[in-house]
Amino acid sequence: MALAIKVNGTMQSVDVDNDAPLLWVLRDALGLAGTKFGCGVAQCGACTVFVDGKPMRSCTLPISALGTREVTTIEGVSGREAEAVQQAWIARDVPQCGYCQSGQVMSAVALLKQIKQPSDRDIDLAMNGNVCRCATYARIRAAIHDAARALEG
Amino acid sequence: MMRAQAFLAAGVAAVTVLVAAAVAQTTRQPTAKDLRPVPSFQNIADQQARSIALFEEAGKVLQHARCVNCHPATERPLQSDAMRPHQPLVVRGADGHGVPGMTCNTCHHAANFDAARVPGHPQWHLAPASMAWEGRTLGEICAQIKDPNRNGGKDMAALLHHMAEDTLVGWGWAPGPGREPAPGTQAAFGGLLRAWADAGAHCPPS
Amino acid sequence: MTTHDVALSRRAMLKGAAGLVIGLYLPEKARAQSGAAHAFRRAAGGADFAPNAFIRIGADDTVTVLIKHIEFGQGPFTGLATLVAEELDADWSKVRAEHAPSNTDFYKNLAFGVQGTGGSTAIANSYDQMRKAGATARAMLVAAAAQSWGVPAREITVERGVLRHTGTGREGRFGQFAEAAARQPVPADPPLKDPSVFRLIGRDDGSVKKLDSAAKSNGTAQFTIDMREPGMLTVVVAHPPRFGARVASFDASAARAVQGVVDVKQVPTGVAVYANGTWPAIKGREQLRISWDESAAEKRSSDQLIEEYRALARRPGRIAGAHGDAITTLARAERIIEAEYVFPYLAHAPMEPLDGFLGWDGQRAHARFGSQLQTLDHQTIATVLGLKPEQVELETMLAGGSFGRRAQQTSHLAAELAEVTKAIGPGRPVKLVWTREDDIRGGYYRPLIVHRMRGGLGDGKIVAWTDTVVSQSILKGSPFEAVMAKGGIDATSVEGAKEIPYDIADFRCDLHTTDVGVPVLWWRSVGHTHTGYAVECFVDELLQATGQDPVAGRLAMMGKAPREAGVLRAVAELAQWSGPGPVNGRARGVAVVKSFDSYVAQIAEVSAGDDGPRVHKVWCAVDCGVPVNPDVIRAQMEGGIGFGVGAALYGEVALDEGRPVPANFDTYRVLRIHEMPQVEVRVVNSSEKPTGVGEPGVPPIGPAVANAMARLGLGRPRRLPLVRAVA
Repeated sequence: MALAIKVNGTMQSVDVDNDAPLLWVLRDALGLAGTKFGCGVAQCGACTVFVDGKPMRSCTLPISALGTREVTTIEGVSGREAEAVQQAWIARDVPQCGYCQSGQVMSAVALLKQIKQPSDRDIDLAMNGNVCRCATYARIRAAIHDAARALEG
Repeated sequence: MMRAQAFLAAGVAAVTVLVAAAVAQTTRQPTAKDLRPVPSFQNIADQQARSIALFEEAGKVLQHARCVNCHPATERPLQSDAMRPHQPLVVRGADGHGVPGMTCNTCHHAANFDAARVPGHPQWHLAPASMAWEGRTLGEICAQIKDPNRNGGKDMAALLHHMAEDTLVGWGWAPGPGREPAPGTQAAFGGLLRAWADAGAHCPPS
Repeated sequence: MTTHDVALSRRAMLKGAAGLVIGLYLPEKARAQSGAAHAFRRAAGGADFAPNAFIRIGADDTVTVLIKHIEFGQGPFTGLATLVAEELDADWSKVRAEHAPSNTDFYKNLAFGVQGTGGSTAIANSYDQMRKAGATARAMLVAAAAQSWGVPAREITVERGVLRHTGTGREGRFGQFAEAAARQPVPADPPLKDPSVFRLIGRDDGSVKKLDSAAKSNGTAQFTIDMREPGMLTVVVAHPPRFGARVASFDASAARAVQGVVDVKQVPTGVAVYANGTWPAIKGREQLRISWDESAAEKRSSDQLIEEYRALARRPGRIAGAHGDAITTLARAERIIEAEYVFPYLAHAPMEPLDGFLGWDGQRAHARFGSQLQTLDHQTIATVLGLKPEQVELETMLAGGSFGRRAQQTSHLAAELAEVTKAIGPGRPVKLVWTREDDIRGGYYRPLIVHRMRGGLGDGKIVAWTDTVVSQSILKGSPFEAVMAKGGIDATSVEGAKEIPYDIADFRCDLHTTDVGVPVLWWRSVGHTHTGYAVECFVDELLQATGQDPVAGRLAMMGKAPREAGVLRAVAELAQWSGPGPVNGRARGVAVVKSFDSYVAQIAEVSAGDDGPRVHKVWCAVDCGVPVNPDVIRAQMEGGIGFGVGAALYGEVALDEGRPVPANFDTYRVLRIHEMPQVEVRVVNSSEKPTGVGEPGVPPIGPAVANAMARLGLGRPRRLPLVRAVA
């Protein structure tokens, strides 16, 4: 089925099944491979994107349910929070294998857009759906605090 | 607490621990597939007894995993027929829809996504803490749902409408593969509660 | 978004400085990210300088280091490049890392003899080799500058990528001399720096940043699963529900009817569904109707295996290590304490499930995936496709974690990749993808193990120790069996148990090797995953029984284990140890484990939570010889601790009549951020040769937590995981 979807500010035409999850449309049809597959059942957060600015797991969102909502992926995320988060990630050398980090970054950006100075508890709750098997969690937490400070300054 | 039990079981000597795996299976009520029809209660002459019997039948739904999982006693919902704590850790938040960065609709979209067995509904959210049913007796739940201070300010008509018509409640009978539906139908459930109310809305003693 | 289109073009024969080798030409973007193809390129005009198989210096001053070890998070890109850059006196901001191609002659692991990564050997086996590679390049650059400037080479200094001659005031960058350096003779034995003048190795001021953090923070890092090529088919394979089952028959008509499904083929591992994209492949597989022949399948449940193992553990096994006469001393001991420890099967569950790309035209094949044992995988692909090894190219990709999962002694992924390619025929590039369910139910687990320990006490001391281990062999039937499984003892089953750091006069460790149809594999820290737990819990229990402090009691028995004692003292100081507690509901547990020649001690502070132990803080001291990159070492300790806490608390693949029970992260529970303890690491100064850090952070944390639980009155758990699943 041919569909028009808006991704990273651009209308894209894709020819996919109605029930195809947004994740696979992004990765296989549009070549936006920064969004990762980790579980397929909304347990790990590697596939996190923004839908109308809100974080969502793209692996469980059938493309037919997207409608006119706009998708932002790691390739298109921008703004102060995104810059601060990515700079903090690099400064702390957060990533190990790196595979989950697109999703981690998206979730962290979403958190900082809503809570300017998140507490450890805020971080625990917002980032809980993002699994990192390398267990870079301590640095993720520290980098979010770093980014929050940078945004304040 | 079942969770504490499973944890403590790991601590004792090996011989006992070997049987501990079986302990972990939950406090869940045995469930029926169907609900008794309202007319089958007519032979109960005493109105209060009939009302209570009707409520107890409806209680098969109220205490079912499909309902209790999102009426948890803590901030955290339960998950699956086994009613285990929701993975990942999510909490009710200010409005029952989660917290910034991790709202219910981060993962639960407008409809069930059967391929991943992730349930969905446009209004997917948790009941307020005042409506917690997890671990409560049927008598306690009955008193709770009749109390406008704890049921979201509903009078009986609004309560019956919620139970019988609300589509999020209705999800309990169409939960998708891998989850047991609530017994009977939403209409039958609504009918039981209406008959319960008509008979005086009496609550079980416990 | 065409940057993700990695169109592989025809490979070119390229002559590298180290000999005639086969390169593979890739577009610039893909090459910069995934590496190997660049290996032997010399740009037109010969401006690049390629003194050996590991270093390329471009006219733009870029120093590219070819990394023979796969990067999946443990930091070899940064670590090995640091070794080169140190001796080269390179400017770190100009240093890049790429994977080396598959070529055993050039890129073998000096500890294995084949190209591969594992056993935390990357830094250890590369330390001299990579430094020498850097020193060679430096000498040739200096010689080129000396020739150009007409000054003696010995008067030239090099600093941060700049060559200088003070007397004449001349200076130049690496890039300016790259071409001339390539014409200099290769020095046989260039001098290496004295560690006292290291500028990059050991530097801990934040200036030696990891080389791969940016690409891994903005989504541009390319993994195998990101491969896309015109005409490529995505393949998923339906594997049997029980290990050892085979396809009896199947009906693919419904699968073929799924839009996007291209073909369905039987392969040795199951039934392969080929599709235009991952989603139709997964959907198609759901529609397969397969009848499995389970006559040879493993049908035992975990609980049944555990009972069998426990019965075996009552009898002495084959001796793995012994001194004195433990049996006699035990019989005469004042007091005997016994403990049995039961360990479940564990899945590795790396974030990127197994996957691979393979193109094959009938004559030549090129594979791209996160190969961890390149030599074996390369040969396997050649064998399956009926090609000579030189007709196969294998390019190592960044991988989303491994924890041992990609180091396959059977090359089963490479074999399946080649089989699905062969089954569809030449000219159809394929990307094989395992889903998470395939991963968690797919076997190659850390084995299920039972330890039966007995300790004899006398005069307030431990006088005898026996440990009977029951486990499947990881190495049995593999190419490594001959070297690592001598005398019927698989060293990986008893490492850390057959010799312990404690002076106990009468000691014995023996082993029963079992035969179970569940494929098993090394899992981050291998035998130490269970021996560390069994030994460190048991010694703690014996110390407690004799009224000794967990730290002082261990130290008193560590006369012949100075480096273990060193990290134990260091961690006790770091944590300001004053006994195990509990204090205010929190207790502290200790463990120290040597693994892969590195020494790690940890103290865990734990309280009892509603749904299991809560690990608040972990102090960690590590002695891994010369610390090449202290921050990478800290990161590996942090990650190893998190990985180990998750496994100790929750990790278990239970088998129900042979069928794995968990399937995904909801039922195979892993650590999440709110469960991550604070971690404080001290890297102990050492001038010993560097050793690995990828695995050694894992073994002590389980027993440290368990030992704290004992002090909370919860007992030292005898069966893992510590929190039994509520399924």
